[in-house]
Amino acid sequence: MTGIIALYIFMLAAFTGYEVIARVPVILHTPLMSGSNFVHGIVLVGAMVALGEAHTPLEKIIGFVGVLLASGNAVGGYVVTERMLEMFKASGARAKKDAKGAP
Amino acid sequence: MISAIASADLLIQASYFVTAVLFIMGLKRMSSPVTARSGILWAGAGMLVATLVTFLYPGMTNYELIIPAIVVGTSLAWWSGKRVAMTDIPQMIALYNGMGGGAAAAIAAVELYRGAAVGIAISTLAVVGGIIGAVSFSGSAIAFGKLQGLIHGSLRFGGQKFLTLIVLIAALALGALVASQVNTSPGVVTGIFVLALVLGVSMTLPIGGADMPVVISLYNALTGLAVAFEGFVLNNAAMIIAGTVVGSAGTLLTQLMAKAMNRSLGNVLFSGFGDTAAAVSGAGPQGSLKPIDASDVGVMMAFAQKVIIVPGYGMAVAQAQHKIWELCQLLIDRGVMVKFAIHPVAGRMPGHMNVLLAEAGVPYDLIADLDEINSEFDTADVALIIGANDVVNPVARTDKSSPIYGMPILNADKAKNVIVIKRGKGTGFSGIENGLFYLDNTRMLYGDAQKAAAELIAAIKAVG
Repeated sequence: MTGIIALYIFMLAAFTGYEVIARVPVILHTPLMSGSNFVHGIVLVGAMVALGEAHTPLEKIIGFVGVLLASGNAVGGYVVTERMLEMFKASGARAKKDAKGAP
Repeated sequence: MISAIASADLLIQASYFVTAVLFIMGLKRMSSPVTARSGILWAGAGMLVATLVTFLYPGMTNYELIIPAIVVGTSLAWWSGKRVAMTDIPQMIALYNGMGGGAAAAIAAVELYRGAAVGIAISTLAVVGGIIGAVSFSGSAIAFGKLQGLIHGSLRFGGQKFLTLIVLIAALALGALVASQVNTSPGVVTGIFVLALVLGVSMTLPIGGADMPVVISLYNALTGLAVAFEGFVLNNAAMIIAGTVVGSAGTLLTQLMAKAMNRSLGNVLFSGFGDTAAAVSGAGPQGSLKPIDASDVGVMMAFAQKVIIVPGYGMAVAQAQHKIWELCQLLIDRGVMVKFAIHPVAGRMPGHMNVLLAEAGVPYDLIADLDEINSEFDTADVALIIGANDVVNPVARTDKSSPIYGMPILNADKAKNVIVIKRGKGTGFSGIENGLFYLDNTRMLYGDAQKAAAELIAAIKAVG
């Protein structure tokens, strides 16, 4: 990947992030922050590569901590986001049922 | 052999491409309530694909370290994420976000120690990403500590901003030495990270609890940026795209939050306002606090036509959302019109109250935001304030000297009767006396929100 291509990717991804979130309702701000927190858990693949290429004990220790932290970011981010959104689904279904049940 | 490496590389690149698509589609779906739930599944699938395929990376060693690290990190995060109470979600997001920042800093450290970041562009990105990641790591840890109640109050002393500035400049100076490859000795590299960690702590300590949502959102965006920068260093497109998307989306989200509080980001970070700004605004409000019994409130609400409920952090602390909804259902059965009014920054995060009410099973159509509901307080018989304070403080409309002047508030004071459920006589996070509590049409119902709700339920049932 040449420098200028990388710069284009950076620019386009920045606009994408902005557009994806621009019209989000307040109700989803917290889940979305949590969801984006999960997405940067992709740092896990970088941490794996860094540890995979480490040689000295110091590099290995730091790399190990990096992979540990990154998997915590990815998995923890997923679990809390999923739990939050699960509740939205439950209440939505219940609301629909209530509406149907109402005379 | 060469073709095996080439095909592994092609598979990895193709998988990262799919991951990037799944992440963007996932975030897009998460921005609408109808599709939100599937959004996290899409993003999760992307993460799984990227992680698995990375094991095939050509030239990888140390699998005996990689696998245990993933197993331990995954187990701890899974365990903590599953058992944390919904009310504590904000600090868990801070914690997991800090871990991501720390991981980005660790990547930078490994690459810099082993001298793999060559060329001024790449080494600059490695250093800057490392500094940002380390700041996000230690800053998020402090934010976690504050929200979890491990760190009390805000540490401030004279010359603190100056000290923070010195640390920042020192970190950048050492970073410049390494990035320009004038001096890349391990000692200098270590110095950068130590200074960056100190910087995160000294930036976050003076910021008060009320501003933590904005700070966490900012660190979330910063971690994204750090991940993108380290993605450039490792030439990893998935990291660049995912990190950049989160960086820009997180920046926008941070701005939306700061705007909802009518403050600029700079103001949040550097003003030091947040929980001790108290003693300002001259004379306190006139009048006195007038207590009331739950049984009287029960009667008042049972015979009301319209009740608007304003929840705040107090509801979250007391875990009162289920009892409150039970109370509302009783009222609805009696023919009372009930609505929830949600201020954009009620609780610890935008949407925090919505999440808790959704957990309790409150349907969406009963929940209104600030713009929708403010004209309706005039017609409400009762405004029930549950553990909210600054977001209903009329001082924000009238007193120019107040730190929250200009912040949009819920006009609960316009209701015929205002009932405030509150644990004690203390002030809100801003430390400002609340004029609403002293109005003639306001009554105070002291107690824990959950207990108060239970008493109100009993009182309404007693009305028959």
